[in-house]
Amino acid sequence: MSISPRAFDDHPPFRFADYKSTVKRSPDFAPIRIAQTLSETTGPGPSWSAGAPEDADLTTNAGTGGEAIGQRSIITGRVLDEGGNPVPNTLIEIWQANACGRYLHWRETAFPAPLDPNFTGVGQCRTNGAGEYRFLTIKPGPYPWGNHPNAWRPAHIHFSLMGPSLITRLVTQMYFPDDPLFALDPIFQSVPSHARHRLVASYDHAVTEENWALGYRWDIVLRGARATPASSGADHE
Amino acid sequence: MSDGQTPSQTVGPYFTMRLAGEGSNVVATPEADGQRIRIEGIVYDGDRKPIEDAFVELWQANAAGHYAHPLDTRDDAPHDDAFSGFGRCATDFQTGAYSFLTVKPGPVPHPDGSWQAPHVSLIIQARGMLNASYTRVYFSDRDDANADDTVLAAVPDDRRPTLVAALVEGDGVPTYRFDIRFQGADETVFFDA
Repeated sequence: MSISPRAFDDHPPFRFADYKSTVKRSPDFAPIRIAQTLSETTGPGPSWSAGAPEDADLTTNAGTGGEAIGQRSIITGRVLDEGGNPVPNTLIEIWQANACGRYLHWRETAFPAPLDPNFTGVGQCRTNGAGEYRFLTIKPGPYPWGNHPNAWRPAHIHFSLMGPSLITRLVTQMYFPDDPLFALDPIFQSVPSHARHRLVASYDHAVTEENWALGYRWDIVLRGARATPASSGADHE
Repeated sequence: MSDGQTPSQTVGPYFTMRLAGEGSNVVATPEADGQRIRIEGIVYDGDRKPIEDAFVELWQANAAGHYAHPLDTRDDAPHDDAFSGFGRCATDFQTGAYSFLTVKPGPVPHPDGSWQAPHVSLIIQARGMLNASYTRVYFSDRDDANADDTVLAAVPDDRRPTLVAALVEGDGVPTYRFDIRFQGADETVFFDA
């Protein structure tokens, strides 16, 4: 099988000077192009052991019996390849700050915002046969960081996907619509302008549940077949 | 048709909340077939300072050269239920060091008809990395196989040593040292497949 190439023009550059820590952490050399072999077309995604269903509900998965504080938000959508084919049964892992913008992490020491004992900020789920996923969480707050004076990250949720192959792996961030911090955030601005909207969820009133939670829709597109899926089995290019 | 690939973003400083729990760098269970080895190293930035919040993922074939994946349908390389082939490691907050406990992988075929030398694939991400970087670890005690490897042959001679892990003193199991360097003439070779 052959997987469509990494679309470097749709991704951020490795080095983006406004995001300061990229300057010393980016490669000098361009990556060397190689053929796709079994080492690249296979990957850990399909054999990953399934997690617990309750891990898709971050409002209660802290296991304290209490509920996380914040605006309940349903995040749902499909995982697709570039041909629009669903990516079924694939693992999605997420992590995020709480409603105050505070991460539950020992390295977070600078931001004096409260922790929420009923919120760990981590979750996971698998896509169903139609490539659909669904999380219930709370909307994270914006979060200050040290990149430049008075720097604040827009509200975001970290998403990690394995996909079917090693080279379909994607780690990215989902943003909420109409955030005034977009224009000021070098991590968001590092994405080529034509592709930035792909990281922003849409408010979807059909997903919103009456008297319960707001609904957002966000589809994720991984590397993969561009047209109809190729027949599997052969591993030549 | 879809809208095109969803852009990558940095894994950030807090990925260990979810992605690299205790023991996730142990790739081979005690029941797995093959020679136990450790792969270890330090991830360095452009100033050769350790990257103390990097995230390294490993993917490899089992000792017989089989990948635990539905696309690997070969009969001559058996599946091993005790070996997933996947591991994760967050680098040490003080030293920037990572390590994996695994088994030496077997050879896997290349689409050009040759056999690839034993290798493992690594994905490196961190705060300050907007995209993942992919590399491969080859083994210094397999110079014979390395000399015939199609992927290594695509790498300029002077950069090829960055892909070969050296056997070093270790505690108990054979230990291979594989540092990962960003920037400079001795930058680790990264691949795009």
